[in-house]
Amino acid sequence: MRYEAPTSTKVAAALLAKEKGKAFVLAGGTDLLVRMKAGMVEPDLVVDIKRIPATQIIKKSDSGFKIGAAVSGASMGENKALKKAWPGVVEAANLIGSDQVQGRCTMAGNLCNASPAADSVPALVAAKAKAAVVGPKGRRTVAVEDVVTGPGRTSLKKGEIIESISLPKRVAKSGDAYLRFIPRTEMDIAVCSAGVNLTLDSKGLVKSARVALGAVAPTVVLVEDAADAIIGTKLDDESLAALSAACEAACSPINDKRGTVEFRTEVAGVLARRAAKIAYQRAGGK
Amino acid sequence: MSGVHVSTTVNGDAVEFVCPPGETLLDVLRNRLNLIGAKEGCGTGDCGACSVTVDGRLVCSCLVLGAEVEGAKVGTVEGMAEGGELHTLQSKFIEHAALQCGICTPGFLVAAKALLDRNSDPSEEEIRYALAGNLCRCTGYDKIVRAVDAAAKQLATDATKSGKKSKRR
Repeated sequence: MRYEAPTSTKVAAALLAKEKGKAFVLAGGTDLLVRMKAGMVEPDLVVDIKRIPATQIIKKSDSGFKIGAAVSGASMGENKALKKAWPGVVEAANLIGSDQVQGRCTMAGNLCNASPAADSVPALVAAKAKAAVVGPKGRRTVAVEDVVTGPGRTSLKKGEIIESISLPKRVAKSGDAYLRFIPRTEMDIAVCSAGVNLTLDSKGLVKSARVALGAVAPTVVLVEDAADAIIGTKLDDESLAALSAACEAACSPINDKRGTVEFRTEVAGVLARRAAKIAYQRAGGK
Repeated sequence: MSGVHVSTTVNGDAVEFVCPPGETLLDVLRNRLNLIGAKEGCGTGDCGACSVTVDGRLVCSCLVLGAEVEGAKVGTVEGMAEGGELHTLQSKFIEHAALQCGICTPGFLVAAKALLDRNSDPSEEEIRYALAGNLCRCTGYDKIVRAVDAAAKQLATDATKSGKKSKRR
């Protein structure tokens, strides 16, 4: 195995593109090193992207927030402006693993690891986040929901790296939230989860919304019917019931020791309802 | 397989080593630098016995490559005591019998220090959450939590005393 730590994304992409053997990107390493240790992967080349300045910064601009691909969960949690604008995204990222894992884990890595239960992904999808992808053919921008194509699989081509993840400009009266179900208080993998992001109009009615569910399908699912169920409402019981029903209809989970199909489906609807209420409150809704 | 040459700082000392590119920081610390405080429990970031800090961040050294710490500042349990004097956390662990076999202890100490460095007055709940990445299979966690709580209080008392002294000066 060779280890490279280039200082530009372009060089990193070129290294990955020309490698004939198995090449992997190393950001926080909390997934890659575990897989290496287990013998699940035997890299010929590991490209550490942490020396690339663009991967290390959280940048606020007129167009929103840009979060570098190597920014750790702990760093996100310490960024007050980011936390204020996108509390749901930050909470989701901060739910991953222990403090030790938080010191290293990244949202870009969480996305590229492509687990259906990845905690930060439903929150990112709900937030309408976009990934800045750099590859041998240049740059492109991809909606986060289009990155993961199945468990462990992404749409990234050989040599392509996520350099950063962007969250859109936060308009007034907006809020987001992420909730997951685990049988413990922390340090566990989501049995199912829900991210909700919404914006209210001047009367306090939901103007726009996005609802995403985790761990109930091969990829995170964006449930447009669930968003439609609450748009134009103040989250009355009837619209929340419709939101839950839409979420349940979008679930096609696996049956395993952590949760049955029925359990995951029902709880996904409950979590979406609760997350919507939190997001509504954060948006200033009463 | 060619080795990677790394220059880094461990507990304030400049250190250089050469390691295979796939070797973890934990193996570098234990096998090349003879710092055997950090332990390998699981090797997959679940147990926290290998906890160290890299540039002030608490991490599992089993999930860091040695090659990654070029130019970084690494802190291990060996750097906690000053000279012959134990860190308050270490004294309180002894006082409260917060260890039995001792394998998890270095990791708990490093993680607890990372907690107290950013939150000098943690609640019991905060202590438990902050140490959730460290597993102990002997004593249970109550004594450890009590020791960390006692250390936080002791450090606060010490700080007040030295603050008063410096004001007098």
